[in-house]
Amino acid sequence: MIVAERKPFEEIKAMIEGCKKVLIVGCGECVSVCMAGGEKEVQILASQLRLAFEEEGKKLEAGETTLERQCDKEYLEEIKDKVDDYDAVISMACGAGVQFLAEMYDSKPVYPALNTQFIGVAEREGEWSERCRACSDCVLAETGGICPVAICPKGLLNGPCGGTNDGKCELSKEKDCAWTLIYNRLDKLGKLDNIRKIFPAKKYSVQTTPGRRIHEAFKEKE
Amino acid sequence: MAKAFKEALESGKFVITAEVGPPKGVDIEEMKHHIELLKDKVDGLNVTDNQSSVMRISTLPVCRLIQEAGGEPILQMTCRDKNRLALQSELLGAYILGITNVLSLTGDYVTVGDHVDAKPVFDLDSVLLLETIKGLEEGKDCAGNELTGEGRPTFCKGAIVTPEANPIEPQLLKFEKKIKAGAEFIQTQAIYDLDNFKKFMEYARQFDVKIMAGIVLLVSAGMAKYMNANVPGIFVPKDLIDEMASAEKGKALAKGIEIAGRMIKTLKDENICDGVHIMAIGKEGKVPDILAAAGLA
Ligand code: SF4
Ligand code: SF4
Repeated sequence: MIVAERKPFEEIKAMIEGCKKVLIVGCGECVSVCMAGGEKEVQILASQLRLAFEEEGKKLEAGETTLERQCDKEYLEEIKDKVDDYDAVISMACGAGVQFLAEMYDSKPVYPALNTQFIGVAEREGEWSERCRACSDCVLAETGGICPVAICPKGLLNGPCGGTNDGKCELSKEKDCAWTLIYNRLDKLGKLDNIRKIFPAKKYSVQTTPGRRIHEAFKEKE
Repeated sequence: MAKAFKEALESGKFVITAEVGPPKGVDIEEMKHHIELLKDKVDGLNVTDNQSSVMRISTLPVCRLIQEAGGEPILQMTCRDKNRLALQSELLGAYILGITNVLSLTGDYVTVGDHVDAKPVFDLDSVLLLETIKGLEEGKDCAGNELTGEGRPTFCKGAIVTPEANPIEPQLLKFEKKIKAGAEFIQTQAIYDLDNFKKFMEYARQFDVKIMAGIVLLVSAGMAKYMNANVPGIFVPKDLIDEMASAEKGKALAKGIEIAGRMIKTLKDENICDGVHIMAIGKEGKVPDILAAAGLA
């Protein structure tokens, strides 16, 4: 899933400076699971903002709603009738959701309440870790299901740097070295030959920016 | 005048290299002094590339200064700051200046240095950089395009290894890839435990590559302990730390020089490896003393 965290309160508050009515829109998918932008977080942000405005002798009407998800037009349309009543919209979705919302309601200022961080997994309750950089050319088949692109900060494809420290990464004693993990996993699988060959330089050309994909079945319609 | 580094490597003599660290700023007097002091005493002078991710004068012009002074530069190249275009154009540029010794490195991560917010590149890695150099020698860039015109560049290609890395197996796997990718010489990370190093050399001897042991000058017992605790892949055994600690007040540096000299002498006399790479970080002026202590001056 996409992992994000909420921006510092002061930063969000500064975005809506001068607004009297804002609509705070949560997202029911990834950011809800990672406790950054779901229904509960919408409630909390709304109360915090109201309170902060009140303390400054101002009044803020903060509307709250949480959509199934914000990366689908179908769900974004649900707020069609509401948006006009507000001075601005705060989206608590990932960066993609914020953009899609802003695109649909392009006459309203739309502000992001989150910093989108990575594609990752839930290690345990309240803790997530990055696992994929969406590089468009997956090498996991060779590396024992451990991603050198996302887990090694240098994205090294041909083995560890000299910084490995007791199996930890040179960046932090808290972080495992991706190449120690890969080596151990492949050793266990009896597949070390996978990484004895030299991996070619990554093809950044396949990471088209901005990326776009059309499913085969839908190509004619486009 | 220093003999060409490649020639020295191929001659089978015990090869000695040292290091020049470009400064952060344009005052190069001290660096020039070090170049003058060392150029005739060693077979090659490595020029570090934004060492420890700290922004400094770039390597190529410093290599040129060494060359003009009559020394033999070894261009260190990390993959941290340049993508494949920049690395290759730098290599071609080095070649036309006659700077042909290249040491391929991955490079420290950006956040260990003084520009923590910079974008880390790591487009290639140390293995792929070696392959890329090999490709240029064969007349092709790393995208497969032909180099134009007459003549092909040739380089003397080097890489590094960390014999004390933990775990060692992934490190050795990469070491073997570096040799496969064309490394002709290897300068190791600092070694202090000669028994461990001998074991590494027993393994490394099976490959057709020259190995130069990394010697980092100890300046105090505290430095040794600090490195053990904080520098990945460096292990100073207790007896050496004790020996450093036993030095009289004000004599620790002399003790460090004595130890470095003794280690070099043993490596050479017992024919353990093919040479040494002396890193006297911040104490480059002491390299001649180390060589004298090793009986090499
Ligand atoms: S190699 Fe890593 S970054 Fe690329 S798609 Fe696979 S998991 Fe994602
Ligand atoms: S220590 Fe391991 S994970 Fe960290 S940068 Fe080096 S190879 Fe990558």
